[in-house]
Amino acid sequence: MSMILDKVDYKYSPGTAYEKHALREVSLKIEDGQFIGVIGHTGSGKSTLIQHLNGLMKATSGAIYYNGEDIYDKDYDLRKLRQKVGLVFQYPEHQLFETTIFKDVCFGPKNKGLSQKDAELKAFEALRAVGLPENLWYQSPFELSGGQKRRVAIAGVLAMKPEMLILDEPTAGLDPKGRDEILDQVAKMHREWKMTVILVSHSMEDVANYVERLIVMNRGKVMLDGTPREVFAHYKELEEVGLSAPQVTYLMHELRRKGLSVDVNATTLEEAKDSILKTFGAK
Amino acid sequence: MNFIEARKLVHEYIRRDEEGNVESIQTALDHVDIDVKPGEFVAVLGHNGSGKSTFAKHLNVLLVPTEGTLWVDGKDVTEEENLWDIRKNAGMVFQNPDNQIIASVVEEDVGFGPENIGIPTEEILKRVDKSLKSVGMLEYREHSPNKLSGGQKQRVAIAGVMAMEPKCIVLDEPTAMLDPNGRKEVLDAVERLNQEKGVTIILITHYMEEVVRADRVYVMDQGKVVMEGTPREVFSQVDTLKKYRLDVPQITLLAHELRQAGMAVPKGILTRQELVEALCQ
Repeated sequence: MSMILDKVDYKYSPGTAYEKHALREVSLKIEDGQFIGVIGHTGSGKSTLIQHLNGLMKATSGAIYYNGEDIYDKDYDLRKLRQKVGLVFQYPEHQLFETTIFKDVCFGPKNKGLSQKDAELKAFEALRAVGLPENLWYQSPFELSGGQKRRVAIAGVLAMKPEMLILDEPTAGLDPKGRDEILDQVAKMHREWKMTVILVSHSMEDVANYVERLIVMNRGKVMLDGTPREVFAHYKELEEVGLSAPQVTYLMHELRRKGLSVDVNATTLEEAKDSILKTFGAK
Repeated sequence: MNFIEARKLVHEYIRRDEEGNVESIQTALDHVDIDVKPGEFVAVLGHNGSGKSTFAKHLNVLLVPTEGTLWVDGKDVTEEENLWDIRKNAGMVFQNPDNQIIASVVEEDVGFGPENIGIPTEEILKRVDKSLKSVGMLEYREHSPNKLSGGQKQRVAIAGVMAMEPKCIVLDEPTAMLDPNGRKEVLDAVERLNQEKGVTIILITHYMEEVVRADRVYVMDQGKVVMEGTPREVFSQVDTLKKYRLDVPQITLLAHELRQAGMAVPKGILTRQELVEALCQ
């Protein structure tokens, strides 16, 4: 079970004066159950890429296979794909519309054709998974705080029980606590539901803390692909394309230049702390 | 004299039902005292719903106090005849640049404000030049705003405020929707306006890294001011900040944890440079 992208190419408005080459022969294999981060500056093609993964956009050329099936085959049911690959857009709370939170989360599964009871079961499970307190479930979604609204919106996608969950900047505009809560919940669902998760983010610190694989997009191409440690080792190249490494990685490089034998590939606070303590303990 | 002086400022959002009866009262500002001197760069921190945006909206009288007093540039905000003076002198920049840009050419957008208050055309052109230059966007004056990046749009929005020649700019989470590059562009522009033009800056944010550049920081929680001081003073209290659902820059946090593990690292480290120096002594 996996998703394979084979030389996926996408042009906006092809053949016109406004033609823009957004994806250039992107080939990727997304293994089942991975927790993947996608970074890239604005306009690098990351949003275009993720919209290909659930068939919202169709490649100008190239192929995408999900579980061995060609999603562009004329007999392939894209509706099914969209139920399996859940996409949470930026600022998803703008898409809430029902009179109560619970009804809003039921909308997806009901639309999929489940009975009222089954839909409610799914909604129940999804709201539990995002950790929204039960006393709020029958309130209007519009009375919640920003972080809570966003959780409801994510629950709406989770209620579809997707095999793959794609989140486009799920923490933009949230305060630090709200950010940690959402990312912790996503990490937990990844573990417990064995779901493939793709996290698009602008925060290098967040991706370093959570993901196991990091894909860097630049000018419509995959520029780097590896573990956060491997990717952030190329911090100079990342800077050239308007990105950066986590703050601690820079710190470790500066300490190394001063002659300390610290681990320059540390990408999280924990790793940096352990390495510094070890270096100074050994002195 | 303080440019901004808030004394026991209270603001209540009152919700009414269809008959006009009060349904609920939410106290968004609860006896807030905040002072800002002319030319100061002050940051207001707080989590979502702490009251910081409500405070910002009082500064150019988009909201008026329920109780207490607020003076902006020596003028009482509750006196209606002061309204236009205050709005001219305290410009606002909001979160979403797309909601603030109205014209189809950058220079027209920047010139809209001064034109609206009847400034002569020649003077408008001068102001547009000057404001676009001050945010590093002069070369885009004839471009269409919708082709710009988020950071560039936000700088055009700031230029639009600058063209009114305000004494103070209030920025309400101006970088929340931008990528790291855009965020840096906007903050650099803001810092330059503060240092070179002496514009008073009120920056509302929850990105801790942005606060490091401010002269002073206020921390708000549940409508109250709960901490106040220089960034260094505020960030040396890591555990208190966490209690208010905020966190500190990653480097400050690392220094704090190293200190707790028994290393001789001073309190209140803000930058990488400082930590490198502390560790390499």
